[in-house]
Amino acid sequence: MDQKTKRKLKKQGSGLVLASPFLLPSLIGMLIFSMLPLIISGMISLTDWNGLDKLTDAAFFQDHFIGLGNYKDILTTSEFWRTLGNTAKYIVLYVPLMLICSLLVAYLLSRPRRCVGAFRVLYYIPVLTSWVAASLIWKSVLSPQYGALNGILEMFGITGPGWLLDEKWAMPAIVLVSVWKDMGFFGLILLSGIMAINKSYYEAADLDGANGWTKFLKITLPLLTPSIFYVLIVGMINAFQLFPQVMIMTGGGPNGATQVMVERIYNYGFRYYRMGYAAAFSWILFAIIMVFTAIQMKGQERWVHYDS
Amino acid sequence: MKKSKLFSLIAMVLAVLMVFSACGNTSASKQAGSDGKAVTITYCNFNSSGGNEGTLDKMVAAFEAEHPNIKVDVETIGYEDYFTQMQTRVAGGTAPDCFELNIENFAAYANKGMLAEITGNFSGLNDAARNAFNVNGKQYGLPESFSNVVLIYNKDLFDQAGIAYPTDDWTHADLQAAAEAIRALGDNIFGIWQPISYNEFFKVAAQYGGALLNEDKTKFTINSAENLAAATTLIDRVQVSNVQPNAVQQGGMSDWDMFMSGRLGMIPTGIWAFQTFTENCDFAWDIVVEPGSTQKATHFFSNCVVMNPETKHPEEVSAWLTWLTSSTASADIRLEAGWDLPALKDLDALSSYLEITPPDNREAVFKSLDYLAMPPVIEDYALMSDIITQKLTAAADGTITVQEALDQAQAECEAQIKLG
Repeated sequence: MDQKTKRKLKKQGSGLVLASPFLLPSLIGMLIFSMLPLIISGMISLTDWNGLDKLTDAAFFQDHFIGLGNYKDILTTSEFWRTLGNTAKYIVLYVPLMLICSLLVAYLLSRPRRCVGAFRVLYYIPVLTSWVAASLIWKSVLSPQYGALNGILEMFGITGPGWLLDEKWAMPAIVLVSVWKDMGFFGLILLSGIMAINKSYYEAADLDGANGWTKFLKITLPLLTPSIFYVLIVGMINAFQLFPQVMIMTGGGPNGATQVMVERIYNYGFRYYRMGYAAAFSWILFAIIMVFTAIQMKGQERWVHYDS
Repeated sequence: MKKSKLFSLIAMVLAVLMVFSACGNTSASKQAGSDGKAVTITYCNFNSSGGNEGTLDKMVAAFEAEHPNIKVDVETIGYEDYFTQMQTRVAGGTAPDCFELNIENFAAYANKGMLAEITGNFSGLNDAARNAFNVNGKQYGLPESFSNVVLIYNKDLFDQAGIAYPTDDWTHADLQAAAEAIRALGDNIFGIWQPISYNEFFKVAAQYGGALLNEDKTKFTINSAENLAAATTLIDRVQVSNVQPNAVQQGGMSDWDMFMSGRLGMIPTGIWAFQTFTENCDFAWDIVVEPGSTQKATHFFSNCVVMNPETKHPEEVSAWLTWLTSSTASADIRLEAGWDLPALKDLDALSSYLEITPPDNREAVFKSLDYLAMPPVIEDYALMSDIITQKLTAAADGTITVQEALDQAQAECEAQIKLG
């Protein structure tokens, strides 16, 4: 190794040494609050812990170890598959609708109009509200007899359904509220993607006589695919973890129509005193999310264009 | 070159120090009782939150005056967060010396050996209440307060419908007739609202002579004929005679709000409603013992106080818990504030309770104690109650029949819960 490379490596090495104490706080935080609980939860999922016995007991693991018993129990109950089905129903309704709405929002807000700044704020405000507050308000808006939504529908002569009280309409109602709330967030991401598109493409298209729709389809969309890919992945991961809306608006009802994965995990862990079962459930959820994310990542090679 | 190196060295040392200062020891407050001086015990509760913190403070002050060598540190957490927090603390070994539990969670904690036996003189306590927290002859909890459910009715609506007021020997048939008469008063007026939930179901089942589990709690008997009759009574009120509003008709209004707005003839609810109804009802109302069918059965709700087996001061904790639950001083403070009822055997001590009106017929609260139906408490209480409530609600909404609801509840409970 010649002198120049040696000095370069030494500089890099000493840079790392200098930087390490500054990295320590975040590293320690991540180790203690992310990695350690992950490992412990994995161990808990192999036990029949009820959430009450002392976890720090020396003989804890021997007393409670049941191997893959929890996983077997979960995968053989019909409740798990029903819950998975409900979660899938939510995802199938939520993700496409979210994509379309945020694309619309992003497109509308990308056009230079006078009060576009005010509209950008307005669309983002739902994102800033707390899920609890939003769920409570929407619960009353969706009330079949006295809520605002059915009142508006009646003005057009449509009798609104039972929304959160109707088994068939409870999940669509939750999808509606979720789309309303997340539209601004994903719209903002897509908006920044649109703004990053080189204007010269549009000028070239104008010269060739393309109309608005063609420009959108042939220029905006393809160049937006990295942002769309991000929206799809994050949206899907969030959708798998659906929780606050369900807990507050329906509590898992009516008749189990909105029981989703995280809601079941919460109940088994904290209400039914079956923490080991809940831990196993959450690891199964983790595996499912990983599989779908891996599929998405593989698929991106096909349809995502990175503008280099 | 040298100066910047010195700077980076100092910055590095400071950063390291910062990290280590964050890992400093937070001093756990451990009181030494060895010197015989003041012992501090920690007590955590939920029942005083939302208005009675001051009452509890008065009790603590009175106790500390009688026992100068014991200090009680009170912690109050709201009901919603209480059990999640307590579960985490017990599992992590940081639970307080003593704390409060309700009847449902008592079984879970006691069966898992999370509680210490409390010793002392419990002769002043009501027997039924005390037995509820006695497991295999050992007293694992002391009943701190009790409350029960009575039938509250709107006298003005009864006058309007021209029917006689309920009496203590009414049956379900009388109840139904009165409900229908009141329902006929208007589209928006309903006869009765009884929750179609697990809690109501086991009680009404007892009124028909049924039960959710067999005698020794080894089998579920949810879809028995008596239970079917009980569930049908409750659900037909919504689906058939519509004297009780369904979810849509109720429109998100709570049952209490409905009663207080004068649109509900009768409501079986807890005696803790008296204060709210006194303040908000602008019509005359009174109470009676709940009607039964083949027999009467009334609710019994009790919160208990328990001792942490890891406590370092079991005698002091026992003294505090015994004083809190059975001393006349504590009972007087509680009655004066109108904060639930102490579970005392001597009902004369509660005479001041009877003098407050409304309602006039306060004796019904004590008469109801003669027909107590204890909740069937098993270890998996929460899961069982969720399954049954879910199925009964579906039947009340009309999506499944009553028979289907009970059959499905039976099947699911058998699949998910292991008994005995």
